[in-house]
Amino acid sequence: MAPLLEVKQLSMNFGGLKALDRVDLDCLPGEITALIGPNGAGKTTFFNCITGIYAPTGGDIFITPPDGVREQINDLNMYKVTQRGLARTFQNIRIFPDMTVLENVMIGRHCRTKAGILGAILRDRTTTAEERAIVRRSYETLEKIGLADDVNMLARNLPYGAQRRLEIARAVATDPFLLLLDEPAAGMNPQETKELEALIVGLRDEREISIFLIEHDMRLVMSLSDRVYVMDYGEMIARGTPQEIRKNPEVIKAYLGEDVGA
Amino acid sequence: MSNMYATKYIEVLRQSFVIALWFMFLTFPVMVIRVNTIENVVEWRWMNIIYVGIGSFIISFLWQHLSGRKASDRKTIPNADGIKSLGQRLLGEKRIALPAAGIVSVFALIFPFVFSIYQTNIMATALMYVVLGLGLNIVVGQAGLLNLGYVAFYAAGAYTYALLHYHFGVGFWAALPLGALAAAVLGILLALPVLRLRGDYLAIVTLGFGEITRIILENWNEFSFGPSGISGIPRPGLFGIEMNIQEATTYLYFLMIILCIITIFVVNRLQNSRIGRALIALREDEIACQAMGINKTRVKLTAFALGSTWAGLVGVIFAAKTTFVNPASFTFLESAMILSIVVLGGMGSITGIIIGALILILLPEYLRAFSDYRMLLFGIIMVIMMIFRPQGIVSGIRRTYEFHLDGSESKK
Repeated sequence: MAPLLEVKQLSMNFGGLKALDRVDLDCLPGEITALIGPNGAGKTTFFNCITGIYAPTGGDIFITPPDGVREQINDLNMYKVTQRGLARTFQNIRIFPDMTVLENVMIGRHCRTKAGILGAILRDRTTTAEERAIVRRSYETLEKIGLADDVNMLARNLPYGAQRRLEIARAVATDPFLLLLDEPAAGMNPQETKELEALIVGLRDEREISIFLIEHDMRLVMSLSDRVYVMDYGEMIARGTPQEIRKNPEVIKAYLGEDVGA
Repeated sequence: MSNMYATKYIEVLRQSFVIALWFMFLTFPVMVIRVNTIENVVEWRWMNIIYVGIGSFIISFLWQHLSGRKASDRKTIPNADGIKSLGQRLLGEKRIALPAAGIVSVFALIFPFVFSIYQTNIMATALMYVVLGLGLNIVVGQAGLLNLGYVAFYAAGAYTYALLHYHFGVGFWAALPLGALAAAVLGILLALPVLRLRGDYLAIVTLGFGEITRIILENWNEFSFGPSGISGIPRPGLFGIEMNIQEATTYLYFLMIILCIITIFVVNRLQNSRIGRALIALREDEIACQAMGINKTRVKLTAFALGSTWAGLVGVIFAAKTTFVNPASFTFLESAMILSIVVLGGMGSITGIIIGALILILLPEYLRAFSDYRMLLFGIIMVIMMIFRPQGIVSGIRRTYEFHLDGSESKK
């Protein structure tokens, strides 16, 4: 099967700084792909290039939806990338704090619905039906993610772990085929991390959403991922299964530094 | 415990004393020295400085006392925004809200027959500001785009009617949609160059835009007849019936009532629609909003167009009401006034903005005696509001849903 996401020789320069240097990466359907690397390695920059926040200075990004044709998405706007079926979360939570939990998820349905100004004012049958479907769908998503009791709460009042899950719910509501999670377990306690792991596996198995995640929690990465990529100083230094990565000398060097004595 | 309070009070007293000294020093040249040019002597009014000192001491003391109390209140309520304000509770209670709405509508209906033509006129003006406030609220309150040049769209509506009538003899009813359209187009034209701007930068550009519009109207004599303006604009017609000034005022009043109702209806429906949510998402977080698949450009253009349309409509009515337009009616002060209505009333709250408009427009009319201090009072009210109730008189509240076990949902 064709990879959902193909990144070829991707480069990103900020002035003289090479944040990404000819990076290759594939995300296969039905897999959980992880991207790891020390702080400042360029992981989030990589996400930002894929999702259209930055325009990469070199290389190509292709997507192939499960039932669609291959398309290059280098120069697409952020919102168009989401419309194509790539949804993402952010490293530092970016929920809509003064909207309710339900409304946050309803925003996710925006790109899959079409009601316009006239529809909103007249409230014709199509608009009402669509609106009802948005509410229903959003509620179901929240139920799945375990936030159904807090639908009417302002998002800002949710505890931290729940805010992270809300962000995932919101991204899932856009009907992605590939979900990009930027450090989903950051700041979570072991219990929350365990729940998150179950949630991610559930999304993959039940909703058939493939996952591409950046993570620092090694235990989570090693137990979840089918394939791990390691980045350091903007370069891809290793790729392989979790077992291979664990033993890779390059990776150990990047994380622990070189053993000078030996 | 009492010892702690005592030290706190001593600290507050000390600070107030220092502030009073400063005020005495700062106001010394203005308050004490007066050069009597007739007799060519300098008068020293020493008593004034004592009044200033005592006054500023008392105000400063009360101020610190109150804001200190407010800070400690905050600490005791950890989740203050989870608790509904008094206004929201009253509005939410059907037993109170329904009779209140009934009383307001009866009052609105009989108003022109009970009160004088002067009062009706003032009320019609206030209603115009209600619509303007609700329109600006779409841009500022919902989409979070600070627009300080809103008066330009108001002017666009007014001048559309004035010029169309002057050149082509177009009537009020034909000019109404055209004025709205002109304002909406102008709104989009302004939005295009400022798509990338936010916050302070956007405020400065829109402020400039408003001033540029006024200056163009003032100086382009061939187009807008300069500062002398355009006169002889007809009042709104009603199937060609001749009306005296009394009837015309009453008619205009009811036109404004109808426009207000339409505005409230439309704005309310927009607020809880797909488009309305997109506007709020844009305000909350621009990047996340786009990451959710929302076209930022389109939403911003929509916000400006939707907001300006109301200003255009009111502009046409303004031209018809005064039968005369000139650039002096469209100064920055108007923009500031409309923005104050939105901020004072409560961003995002329809009820709040209606109350805000009525207060800010009606109070100065009835307090003519204090007209010299109007701007001073405005400033003081705004500062006090920002400190003690930054969310406005009635804060906006999000729609909530109830989900039942059988899978049906209902709006609350």
